[in-house]
This record gives sequence, structure tokens and C-alpha cells, in this order.
Amino acid sequence: MTHSLVLLVVIPLIATPVCILLHKRLLIWPVVFTVSWITFYIACDLMLAVRDGGEIYYYLGSWAAPWGIEYRLDSLNALVAVIVSGVNALVISFARASIFQEIPEDRIYLFYCAYLLNLAGLLGVTVTGDVFNMFVFIEISSLSSYAMISLGKHRQALLAAYRYLIMGTIGATFILIGIGLLYAVTGTLNIPDLHTRLSAMETSRTVITAGAFLTVGITLKFALFPLHSWLPNAYTYAPSVVSAFLAGTTTKVFIYVLLRFLFSIFGTGNMFDIVSLDKVLMICALLAIYSGSISAIYQNNIKKMLAYSSIAQIGYIVLGISISSVAGLTAGIIHLFNHALMKTALFLCVACIVYRTGKVSLKSLGGIGKAMPWTMAAFVVAGLSMIGVPLTVGFISKWYLILSALNQEAWWLALAILTGSLITIIYVWRVVEAAWFRTPASELRSGKIREAPLSMLVPLWILVIANIYFGVDTGITAQMARQSAELLMGMP
Amino acid sequence: MAEHDLILLTILIPVLGSILIAIAGERYRDVREGISLLSAVLLFIVVYLLYQELPESHLEAVKLATVMPGLTIAFRLEPLGILFAMIASFLWIITTIFSIGYMRGNGEPHQTRFYVCFAWAIASAMGVALSANMFSLFIFYEFLTLTTYPLVTHSGTDEAMRSGRLYLGYLLGTSICLQLFAIVWTWSLTGTLDFTRGGVFGGESSEIVVTVLFALYIFGIGKAALMPFHRWLPAAMVAPTPVSALLHAVAVVKAGVFTVLKISVYLFGLDELASSGAADWLVFVSGATIIIASVIALQQDNLKARLAYSTISQLSYVIMATVVLAPLSIIGAAMHIAVHALGKITLFFCAGSIYTASKKKNVSQLDGIGHYMPWTMAAFTIGSLSMIGVPPAAGFLSKWYMLLGAYQAQVWTVVTVIVISTLLNAAYFLPIVYAAYFREPPRTITPHGEAPAPVVIALCLTAVLTLAVFCYPGPLLELVRQIGK
Repeated sequence: MTHSLVLLVVIPLIATPVCILLHKRLLIWPVVFTVSWITFYIACDLMLAVRDGGEIYYYLGSWAAPWGIEYRLDSLNALVAVIVSGVNALVISFARASIFQEIPEDRIYLFYCAYLLNLAGLLGVTVTGDVFNMFVFIEISSLSSYAMISLGKHRQALLAAYRYLIMGTIGATFILIGIGLLYAVTGTLNIPDLHTRLSAMETSRTVITAGAFLTVGITLKFALFPLHSWLPNAYTYAPSVVSAFLAGTTTKVFIYVLLRFLFSIFGTGNMFDIVSLDKVLMICALLAIYSGSISAIYQNNIKKMLAYSSIAQIGYIVLGISISSVAGLTAGIIHLFNHALMKTALFLCVACIVYRTGKVSLKSLGGIGKAMPWTMAAFVVAGLSMIGVPLTVGFISKWYLILSALNQEAWWLALAILTGSLITIIYVWRVVEAAWFRTPASELRSGKIREAPLSMLVPLWILVIANIYFGVDTGITAQMARQSAELLMGMP
Repeated sequence: MAEHDLILLTILIPVLGSILIAIAGERYRDVREGISLLSAVLLFIVVYLLYQELPESHLEAVKLATVMPGLTIAFRLEPLGILFAMIASFLWIITTIFSIGYMRGNGEPHQTRFYVCFAWAIASAMGVALSANMFSLFIFYEFLTLTTYPLVTHSGTDEAMRSGRLYLGYLLGTSICLQLFAIVWTWSLTGTLDFTRGGVFGGESSEIVVTVLFALYIFGIGKAALMPFHRWLPAAMVAPTPVSALLHAVAVVKAGVFTVLKISVYLFGLDELASSGAADWLVFVSGATIIIASVIALQQDNLKARLAYSTISQLSYVIMATVVLAPLSIIGAAMHIAVHALGKITLFFCAGSIYTASKKKNVSQLDGIGHYMPWTMAAFTIGSLSMIGVPPAAGFLSKWYMLLGAYQAQVWTVVTVIVISTLLNAAYFLPIVYAAYFREPPRTITPHGEAPAPVVIALCLTAVLTLAVFCYPGPLLELVRQIGK
């Protein structure tokens, strides 16, 4: 039995106290950097192993499931683990200078501790095969993200973190209630075991109540419309790097949790056929797409604009899920991966801008393309990807989504998806136009603003190139997504 | 060199050219423009070699990448594509000559960006021309929109930005909402997007589905400027004249009607369209576009705006001739892509020449200008004759075939529309020619000469070509006869 599965969680967890012990600014970043790339390597290695050889199990303390805690990796959470650790590795490579500037020096080591805890929590949620263990990791990652957001430069960060705390705690409580009810009915916490027992018994009111609590709790955590109110401020006022990390990972992990509960535990028969949860999710997703995109148009703060756009993009992912066919789930999972690529890249661009100018309002950025050509070129490519221009990942997502809608003969849905991307053009192009085609403000013209340092540009451009690469060669992503979708729909 | 490498070169040459242009930059502007010209010439040579290969072509697709299973970026030699590629690459040479004179003569800013984007736009046009399936065509179609956007907003004024938004909104909007929808739908119905002789539907889909799909494609191809999606074209006229000339008279709009022709012949198949009646309605829409655009052109005082509306109406000729679905009218449609390109680029060059020499933009200011600019106005006259469709200009040829096709298919609407619009064309072009030669110039005018030499050379070349095609139509006819065979 290989230990690498558990190392994925243990390494960042152990590194956290190491960071406190080190306490020194100079040493701390290399440690976090190394840890991040090691976890990424392990995650990639595991994903390839899963792709070729099927599921991987690990019994903690060698206690066999369902008595002990089991970690298990199938194609779905292997992909999510790669997304989380990959985004993390790039964000950490990028973060050094930005963190040094945005966070008071005496708190930097605390920040990195919170960051590593968050990573450990998210990876734990991803790989665990035990729902209570999952809840514990959810709490670890959530608590640390409240702390990270509150480290933002402005005072509003405290309020944003507090609001997130209140909403997040409600969500976590709901999840716990749901898990408790499931335990009351089945007497087990192991995911495959839960599934076997639930499908053996008739759907009782308790099970449906558990499903309702879990759905509300989880959707609150990944900010599905109408439970999204915490997200815009949290992303806006968090330190720039944190916004990039959260946008690329947290929401993705919680969507994974939803998939796990709805498909792997309840099965479509319970939640979709009896209480038609798929219809509810579809309506929420469509409302999320339109309300998020339209709100994004009216934002003057770029970070807030990207935050609202995240709400819309989450809507696309959930829309794919709510189609509840193999094609739809494939589309949703592909977009899960692709959105992590594009949104992280966009938030990193903003982090570059903040690093050099300290400003995030659209008005103050007129003509910034002249001063920071590489950063803004990256913004254009990632923005085009979000619009869904061919040869970028966004196009692949859109293609699969429309195809799955057409397979269900839902013409109106396909049209709704396409109209949504028209609104995306508007808010992306507002930034592109301001950055490249406006005459520069006097401050920019004086030549004081320079291009972001190479330590930021390199990780940013790796992401941008990934946006194009996975838009041309969809081999790995499409295969993993299809495998996961078939697994979730219970097909061999 | 093998056909395989030559096809890839058509994309590579302009892309490499653009990189070298960017490196040369504003500091070495002679080198920069030299590279532009050189890549244009090289590109034309490559396309010409491909044209020579055409008879022995194996019709095998050259695959560049497989994006999703069954969906490839691939190219293939085919007469219609070669025709479009020849026109675009040849006129790129002439337009580069013109641009050098125009951009320097008017002291335009951001010239490096201009040449770079121009090369990218040509690369995209080559991709559109040679694509072997609808998927790759769509990719290059979108790139053509994005790469021409910086050219439309070149001046950076508020008006240019507004026009840029219209441009992007119409072209991306229609292509994403309607065209992409239609492409995915086709893919989910037939499982292939390859351009095939006789189409991919094979008579299995119901008539309603085919009709709706065809409509989605036609309106989704916003670059063909079929009403009501035509507003972007006049708006794009804020761009510098070389852009209007090559892109909005040749590459961009021709990419639109080229795609219409391509999907009609190779995706739906003429027989499928005829038997399902999916294209019948389009005769009326395109006919209405021809007449309405001509009437609007009559009222325009701005010369470039008048030319723009004339372009809208001429584009719909191609669409209308296509949906007559008779073999002769397809020949007419394909020829019209070529001859309208020659005629319209001449007219735009003349407009640019007049602006460079005298800063005049309006038709009403052109009284007596023929005395100062004899070469320009002679070329303008030839271009106008070609638009109207009278000998000895090339425009006559395509109109002749369109009329023959309409007779053959007994579609009298088309004949009527062509007759009315010919009268209208004469009504908005001939007064300009008349005023230029036979009216007295206003007293207040300060005498000026011709525009810079490169400008005049360029417009004389295209004017002569317009006449030459009429006298020697052999090779062109030979090429377009092979379409769909």
C-alpha cells in the first residue's frame, strides 16, 4: 500500500507548525514553496495512477473500512486534487513579493500558516472517503480562510471576513446536521458504505431532510445563487493572492463535495427523481449566470467584477451538473478544471496591477497596457478564455455544455448558455478597452509604473499557457472528466 | 515542396512576418515595411504554388491538431478556398504598397501595431480560406474578428471606440449566439463537420431542422452583413482607409460570403438545400438587403459610408446568387467574390487617395477634382463601372452569370432585384464621376496634386486588373467551374 495518498494531507499539515517555529521571513517562503510543489507532484502522480489503474485506497492506521477512516481516490477527486495543488503551487510561486507588500511583516508567518492549513483542509476534503472526516477538513479550511481574508489591507476586509464567517458557519452547521441525520439512518460514515445502505432502504423523510440540509449547506459554501452574498466582498477585500487562491480552489472543492453527496451517496434516484433537485439546481444556475454576469458589468472595482464573474461561472458548472447526464456532468467537471485555470490567471493579473499601482478601480487603469504589457496581455488571453474564444479552455467548456444541452434537446438551454457568454464579452472588454485603448493617466505616463517582476510574470504566464494548451489538447481533461462522469452516474 | 508544407506556410508566413515587424518597430520603419511587403509577396507565391497543385491535389486534409475526438484543426485544398486565398494574398501586396504611402502621408500613430495586426488578420483569412472543416473555419473566423478590432479602433477617438464596440458586439455576438449554436447542433446531428461534396446531412434530418440550421448559419455569419446584422460595416469605416480597403472590402466581408458559399455547397449541399427548400426565404432577405442598402447608399454624403453601404448590397448579391442553387449562379457568386474585391478595393483606395491629397471626405466636396487627380478619378470611374456591372469592367462577368443562373432556375425575383439594383448603383456612383470631371471646382480650393506615388500606383494596379479580368476571364472561370465538383 502506497502512503502517498495520505502524504498529500500530512505534508502541508506538518509544515504548518514548522512555519511557526521558523518564524523568519526569509526561510518561510522557501519551505511553503517546496511543500506546495511536492504536493502538486504527488497529486499528478496519483492522478496518472488512477487514470491507468483505477481507484486507490488508503486505510488510516490500517483500520479497514467502514470501521476505520478510509481515503480513496477515483478519477473525480484525483482531478480535483490536481486542480487544488496545482493552483496552489503556482499561486505560492507568485505570492512572495505580493504578500510581502500587502501584509504587515510581523504577520507574514501567521499568514503562511493559515495558508498551509487551508491547503491541508482542502486536500483533506478532496481525498477523504469518510463524511465526518470531510466535515472536519471543511472546518479546517474554512476557519483558515476567514483568517486569511481578514488580513486584507483595508478595514473592510474585517467585515467581509466576519460576514463570510457567519455565512460559512451556518453552511458548516447545515452540513453537520445533514451528516448527523444520515448517520442516524444508516449508522455509517463511510461513503461507499453509505451508498450501499441508502440504496438498500426506502427513501425516508429523514434521508430527504438530510439531503436538503446538505445541499443548502454545501451550495452556501461555494456561493451558488441565491446564497452568494458573502463572496463578492470576501474576494474583493482579501489580499490579492488569497483571492486568486480561493477563486481557484475553494469553490471547486465544494462543488466536488456536492457531486460526492448527490451522486456517490444519495444517487440520482433519491434526490433528482423524488424531489427533483436537478430542476432547482438548474434554475439557481441560470439565475447565477445572469445575475452574476450582469452585476459584473456594473462594477468599477476589477476584483469585485471578477468576484461576480465567479458567481456566474459557478453557475455554468452547476448547470452542467443539473443536466444530470454523462455529457452534462462531463461538461460541468471540465469547466470546473477550466474555470480554475482562467479565474486564477485573472486574479493574478489583478495582483500584479495592485503590486505596481495599488489601485483596482477601472478608471485609474486607463492605458495601463503600455506600462505593464505582459500583465495586461495575460489578462486579455485569460479574458478571451472566459468569453469562450476558440483555442482557449473556455471554448472547450462551452462546447461540451452546449452539446450536452442539445443532447437533451434543450434548445433554450443552449441558447441561454450562449447569451450568457455575450454578457461576459461586455465586462471583459470594459477592462481590455480601458487598459489598451485609453490614453494613459498622467501617473502612468511619467514612467513610474513598471512591468511586474519576473517572479510574478512567470507563474502567471504558466497559467495563461495552460489556458491555451488545454484548449487545444483536451486529451487528459476530457478523459478524466468523462471517466468521473461515468463513475458518478453509476456506469461501469 | 509538398502540398502539406505549403498549406501550413500560408499561415506561418504572415505570423512570422508579424513577429519580425514587431521586432523592427517604429525605429526601423523602412525595415518594418519592407518585411510587410516581403511577407505579402512570399505569401502570394505560396498560394500561387498551391493553385498550381490544385489539379493533382489528393484532397486529403492536413491535420494540425486534434482538439476533441473527431474535431480537428485541418486544412484542405479546394477551388473555392484557393480563389479566396489568391484574392486576399494578392491584394495584401497592393494594400501594403498603398498603406506605406497612406500611413506616412497622413502621419498616423501606432503604425507598428497596424502592420502587426494586419499580418495577423491575413493569417486568419488564410485559415478561413483553407479550412477543411467548419470547426477550424470557426476558429479562424473568430480570430479574424479579434485581430481586426485594433485596426478598427486605430485612431483611439471616442467615435472609434464606439464603432469598435459595435464591430465586436455584432461580429462576436452573431458568431457565438447563432453560428456556434448551429455548429454544435450540426455536430450533434451528424457527428461530422468536415466539408464534403454534397453536404453532410444526407437527407436524414427533417426539413424544419435543416431550415432552422441554415438560418442560424446565415445570420450567424455576421461578416456577410446580411440585414439586420449589417450595422457594424458602416461603423467600421472609422478605420484608416487601407483597413477599410483590404479588410472591409476584401478579407473580412469576403470571409463572410465565402463562408456562406462554403456551407451551402460543402456542408448542406446544393441538392439538400433544393429538396428541403431550406434556402427559399433567403432570396427575399438578401434581395431586400440589396435594394435597401443601395437606397441608403444614395443618401450618404460621406464617401466611405457610401462605399460601405454599397459593399453591404454587393455582398448580398453573392448570398442571393448562392441560394438560387443553380450551377451557373454558383459560378456567378464565386466570381463576384473576386471581381467585387478588385472593384471595391479600387474605390476605397481612391477614397483614401482623395483624403490624403485634399483631406476631403464627402461626395459633395468632389466637384472638379478630376482635374487635380486624374489618375485617381480614372481608377474611380473604372471601379464604379465594375460595381454597376457594365463592360469593360469585370463586374459585368459575375452579373452575367448570376442572371444566367436565375434564368436557368426560373427565379424571377432575382432578375428583378438585379435590374433594379443596377439602376440604383448607377444612380449613386455616376453622379460622383460626373461631378469630378464636368463640374467647376469651387473658387476657394487650394490646388493640390495627386496623392503620394505608392498610393497612386496601388490604385492604378487594381483598376487595370479590373479591366484585365474582363478581357481574360479564362483562368478565373476555370477555377470557379470546379467548385463542388
